[in-house]
Amino acid sequence: MVKVIIDDIEVEVEPGTTILNAARMIGGDVVPPAMCYYSKLQGSGGKCRTCLVEVAAGSAADPRPMPKLVASCSTPVMDGMIVKNKTSERVYDNRAAVTEFLLINHPLDCPICDQAGECHLQDLGFEHGKEGTRYEEKRRTFDPIDIGDKIKLHMNRCILCYRCVYVANQLTDKRVHGVMHRGDHAEISTYIEQAIDNDFSGNVIDVCPVGALTDKTFRFKSRVWFLKPMEASCECTKCAGKAVVWMFGDEIYRVTGRKDRYGEIEDIDGKTAWICNECRFDKKDKSMWNIAGPRVINRHSVISQNQYLVDERIESKKLTGK
Amino acid sequence: MGRKLLLEHANVPGIETFEVYRRNGGYRSVEKALKTMSPQNVVEEVQASGLRGRGGAGFPTGMKWSFLAKPEGVPRYLLCNADESEPGTFKDRYLMEKIPHLLIEGMITSSYALGCNQSYIYIRGEYMWVLEIVEKAIAEAYANGFLGKNILGSGYDLDLAICPGGGAYICGEETALIESLEGKRGNPRIKPPFPAVKGLWGCPTVVNNVESIAAVVPIVNDGGAEYAKIGIGKSTGTKLISACGNLVKPGVYEIELGLSVEEFIYSDEWCGGIANGKKIKACVPGGSSVPILPANLITKTAEGTDRLMTYESLAEGGFASGSMLGSGGFIVFDEDQCIVRNTWNFARFYAHESCGQCSPCREGTGWMEKVLRRLEYGQGHMHDIDLLAEINKKIEGNTICPLGDAAAWPVAAAIRHFREEFEWHVTHPDEAVKRNFGIASSHMPLV
Repeated sequence: MVKVIIDDIEVEVEPGTTILNAARMIGGDVVPPAMCYYSKLQGSGGKCRTCLVEVAAGSAADPRPMPKLVASCSTPVMDGMIVKNKTSERVYDNRAAVTEFLLINHPLDCPICDQAGECHLQDLGFEHGKEGTRYEEKRRTFDPIDIGDKIKLHMNRCILCYRCVYVANQLTDKRVHGVMHRGDHAEISTYIEQAIDNDFSGNVIDVCPVGALTDKTFRFKSRVWFLKPMEASCECTKCAGKAVVWMFGDEIYRVTGRKDRYGEIEDIDGKTAWICNECRFDKKDKSMWNIAGPRVINRHSVISQNQYLVDERIESKKLTGK
Repeated sequence: MGRKLLLEHANVPGIETFEVYRRNGGYRSVEKALKTMSPQNVVEEVQASGLRGRGGAGFPTGMKWSFLAKPEGVPRYLLCNADESEPGTFKDRYLMEKIPHLLIEGMITSSYALGCNQSYIYIRGEYMWVLEIVEKAIAEAYANGFLGKNILGSGYDLDLAICPGGGAYICGEETALIESLEGKRGNPRIKPPFPAVKGLWGCPTVVNNVESIAAVVPIVNDGGAEYAKIGIGKSTGTKLISACGNLVKPGVYEIELGLSVEEFIYSDEWCGGIANGKKIKACVPGGSSVPILPANLITKTAEGTDRLMTYESLAEGGFASGSMLGSGGFIVFDEDQCIVRNTWNFARFYAHESCGQCSPCREGTGWMEKVLRRLEYGQGHMHDIDLLAEINKKIEGNTICPLGDAAAWPVAAAIRHFREEFEWHVTHPDEAVKRNFGIASSHMPLV
């Protein structure tokens, strides 16, 4: 076990743990925001640069500070490392800059975006964004396209986190989904607008931190904060059948995976509970699900409003397993 | 005339063929290394030579080699980075085009030193004709027993393959090069792990510039200590400089490190001064990504000492009044050139070549390009200049790979040293559009 100090809080973690995961063990506002890192997807992270932190001392053996800010999601901790996140002005300054970079080409169409209320970029903008913009140029625009009959891609909203590419790579067998072009004209696309034809392709919607990939069976139906999330399960041959159904009255409006406070699909019985397309898109009738009860939503976001209160102590036990 | 170690025989007719190259003392280093030296000896010679990476960063090659992990039963790879795409740099092209066997000889000796049995030359896609020259030379080396199984009866096997890139600047970054070589999209990897531990196909890998690998040949031939005698301080040996811009004699020169910048620009032996009798305005001494120097800081440092062609002297004064030797792309501007247009041109290049993986570089380079374009075409505002300075400060150091820094430095330096010219573009928008600046004119927009 190695000891690391993050924002003056000491935590003991396994060797090889990243700074971000060590911070998540502490929880609260010590945790840097992460737009591209997704612990369930191998190789993700390092791209969005919102999780940059300052390393004030590299390790006990070599206590020199690191000259650059480091991406906490991809930097492993060392014994005796001292990390500054919320206690560092430099970190906040650069995080605000990254937020600005992410927003300059973003359409900010939250009022008509299905992701609003559970959007990580919205949260980031709320916490680190500035009022007004310094960007006077024309924004990069694309037409929305259909990826298959169930998924809509709004490239304008995309922040190129690559999460959906990893999903396509790791969950589906034939990859036809990736990034084309370079630089600020890079875009997510499927091979000649082909459908991702796979039982698990719908998970790209769950991993998308913004409203770039949306569920066509739910588009424009309701704002997410009007819906009541219910923990539900069903008998499914393809997936574990453990999902969250979002209800309005007796009607199921949409089905998603069970996401934790970082927007990541939870592990159930040691396996990430990705749900299949049939559960996600087709099971919209209450009789198809066993509804266990209200789902606790504990995200630092609009969607947590009017939800059942969460006992922080129970939550932290869940996270650390102690 | 200084000593020439790499280009000594470059102008011998037929040097690109094996016979002529061999007659001029070629492949001696392979014989010497394989027959009389252990791999460790070769590495020690390179360490003793003080050779610094010629690709731009100037990291000591010997030290890089010593970092290579050597686990049992795992192959190691040597990759030659011939993806020379920095604007203003064309030294590797010249070397490979003129004297391809020198690179192959260096590859064999270096691969032997590192214990690699398979090495690759990653060449940029635009250099297709150079690829053909090098490919022919590799075939000749195979035919003469310098490549393949059991080279010169020493029991050492080496296969050398050449791989063309698709023409992306980013593939010159070592981890992007590895990705590209593996057949993937050329996105830089997140480090650590470094290639010396986990590189090509997850195996320990060393990536070296063409010139660094070629320099191993004279180091092995004459000994590292002999090589270290050339140059000043930590800048040892000779360096290829590709001089371009408004010079009387632009071209590729091999200089001994430590030559004064004044002599290099004005002496008839080298560049021969500024073309058309004009005055020098600015100089980018190491390829487009290094900070630009104004006229008063080119031949003298801020302290008034002579500036020399060394890694240290060019960097003297830090970013405030210095620059970098970089890859040796020496670009000179005369008094009629427009710094704003030039800075925009560089920014345009980086915006086009950013891989789009990490947000500061993807969005920042595109943003800077657009603001500079507006300034150049007389649609800028005063606050745009500060905005540019602010943007590049936020890109620098926050990106996955050095491309973000490379895009930020030239803009930062241009604003630092030529701010009044940017301001002139704002206050004189009509003249900025109409003025004549040397070769290009507003009738020929760089779009």
